[in-house]
Amino acid sequence: MGKHALRYGILAYLALLLVVPVAIVAFRTFQHGVSPVWDALSTSNAVSAIELSLLITVIAVPINVGFGIGTGWLIARRKMPLPWLVNAVINIPFAMSPVVIGLAVFVLYGRGGWIGTFLFAHNIPVLFTWKAMVVATVFVSLPFVVREIVPVLEELGTEPEQAAEVLGASAFQGFWRVTLPAIRWAVVYGTILTVARALGEYGAVNLVSSNIVGSGLTLPLYVGNRVNQFDPTAAYSAGLLLAVISLLILVGMTSFSSRRRATKEA
Amino acid sequence: MSIEVRNVSKSFGEFHALRDVSVDILPGQLTAVLGPSGGGKSTLLRIIAGLETADSGTVFIEGSDVTNVAARDRGIGFVFQHYAAFTHMTVWDNVSFGLKVAKTPKEKIRGRVNDLLKLVHLDGLADRYPSELSGGQRQRMALARALAVEPGLLLLDEPFGALDVKVRQELREWLRRLHDEVHTTTIFVTHDQEEAMEISDQIIVINDGRVEQAGTPDGLYDHPVNDFVMGFLGPVTTLGGTLVRPHDIRVSQRESAGTHAAVVERLVSLGFETRLVARPVGGGEPVTVQLTRNQIHELDLHVGDTVHLHASPGAERIAVVAAAPQPVDKAG
Repeated sequence: MGKHALRYGILAYLALLLVVPVAIVAFRTFQHGVSPVWDALSTSNAVSAIELSLLITVIAVPINVGFGIGTGWLIARRKMPLPWLVNAVINIPFAMSPVVIGLAVFVLYGRGGWIGTFLFAHNIPVLFTWKAMVVATVFVSLPFVVREIVPVLEELGTEPEQAAEVLGASAFQGFWRVTLPAIRWAVVYGTILTVARALGEYGAVNLVSSNIVGSGLTLPLYVGNRVNQFDPTAAYSAGLLLAVISLLILVGMTSFSSRRRATKEA
Repeated sequence: MSIEVRNVSKSFGEFHALRDVSVDILPGQLTAVLGPSGGGKSTLLRIIAGLETADSGTVFIEGSDVTNVAARDRGIGFVFQHYAAFTHMTVWDNVSFGLKVAKTPKEKIRGRVNDLLKLVHLDGLADRYPSELSGGQRQRMALARALAVEPGLLLLDEPFGALDVKVRQELREWLRRLHDEVHTTTIFVTHDQEEAMEISDQIIVINDGRVEQAGTPDGLYDHPVNDFVMGFLGPVTTLGGTLVRPHDIRVSQRESAGTHAAVVERLVSLGFETRLVARPVGGGEPVTVQLTRNQIHELDLHVGDTVHLHASPGAERIAVVAAAPQPVDKAG
């Protein structure tokens, strides 16, 4: 009996905390039908926010996937100098508030900052442009691919790579044809998490954005902006769009992880 | 291919895996590198393969110094204990991997892989994935994969270690037959003395990073240079301060010059063979004697009888310096 109470208690708690609020947002969004939602998402400001979010994601995710695979391989194969330090640095975005990361980018790229001084001297504006937002996004979504692939690489061991080497494969051929396919699900999983974080990030990009409606807002920033400007229809619509994207990512992840489990058990 | 290893040493931190090891491998032979776990035998194999770098020393293949040649350029095949299968590839793709990397023409690949799959009895399983194979099948696939590139030297690192007893037995006989067909110079690492004795032409016994002895299986069994080799290659027991094989002890009811009196403690019947355990009257470790059932009947032996033991003339005996390093007492 107590066991059942605990189960249903947890389910009720999850429902209250997560499902009900999202459902309310969905209900509010479509309160007056579909057309106001469509209109709200078709305004040039909303379209610009969607485009900026996609632009940042399209740039930041490949950078982190490439970095993650390389770094993860070096860590798993014990080829990384000062591995504890590298690990700690990679984990910073997990532990630190995104606002602090945004602040760091702000300080570094601003006038008088180490990188900012150089950039301003060469007339390359970065802070308050999409470029600074890409930098902030890369930073906050840095760990996902690394953390996903390191345990899988460690479990895989070095023997398949060595087998490929003895068979005449170059280090690159061995990695490309043997190691990467063996860790593909971990890479996919890490990539999905990176996309989710890149699309949803608020705090870090907020600090380095120009915050100009119609050019400087990502989708999450746009939601915040609309809430502050008492434009509930636009806020709900953009918010729901984000929620739908997250939901799709969640479904994708669940199906990938069950597939991954299936291949492992086979 | 002939292999010469000269004065190779290798340490992992404080651990000395190999200390000044030199060995010669004759071309066309099946050589076993035998020794206890952690004795350095796998390290030696991996240094010959080029998968590990020696701290000092030289490796020659066919007379040329390959110490600084990469594994991929040594013309070898390597089989790992845990198969190292490419799990995302079918059996066919696993076996053809080396040929594809070498940009072999498609037609030639097809012929070669078909031949190999027949050789390892996996024809018909070409489209399976490694996860759909048994352990023995996986290891045969790994062997076919290694043989595909026609290596001059085949190295196997505890190839049957992960398999159960029956499959081990089958595979080792099969490996011997395969070697008789293919004649590739082959070195395999094992800690199983029976495996080494059964199929190899030459055995190199390695312990604690050093070569204890190298020679033919019979040579090593009959003329071990020290108590370790004697103990590792077969059952031993202590009689009057010397190591001797349990089947080399003669039992008599009468005392005579050079016999050791002992009291029968146990008689264990193991089918054809009977194991007699006797405690020396003068004290010391119990002696194990291997007899046939008929001998027991003829001597009319019972527990509690006093018997007189001596090593048969011509038996290999080694003085016990300290305690035997390996308490191998498996007269059964």
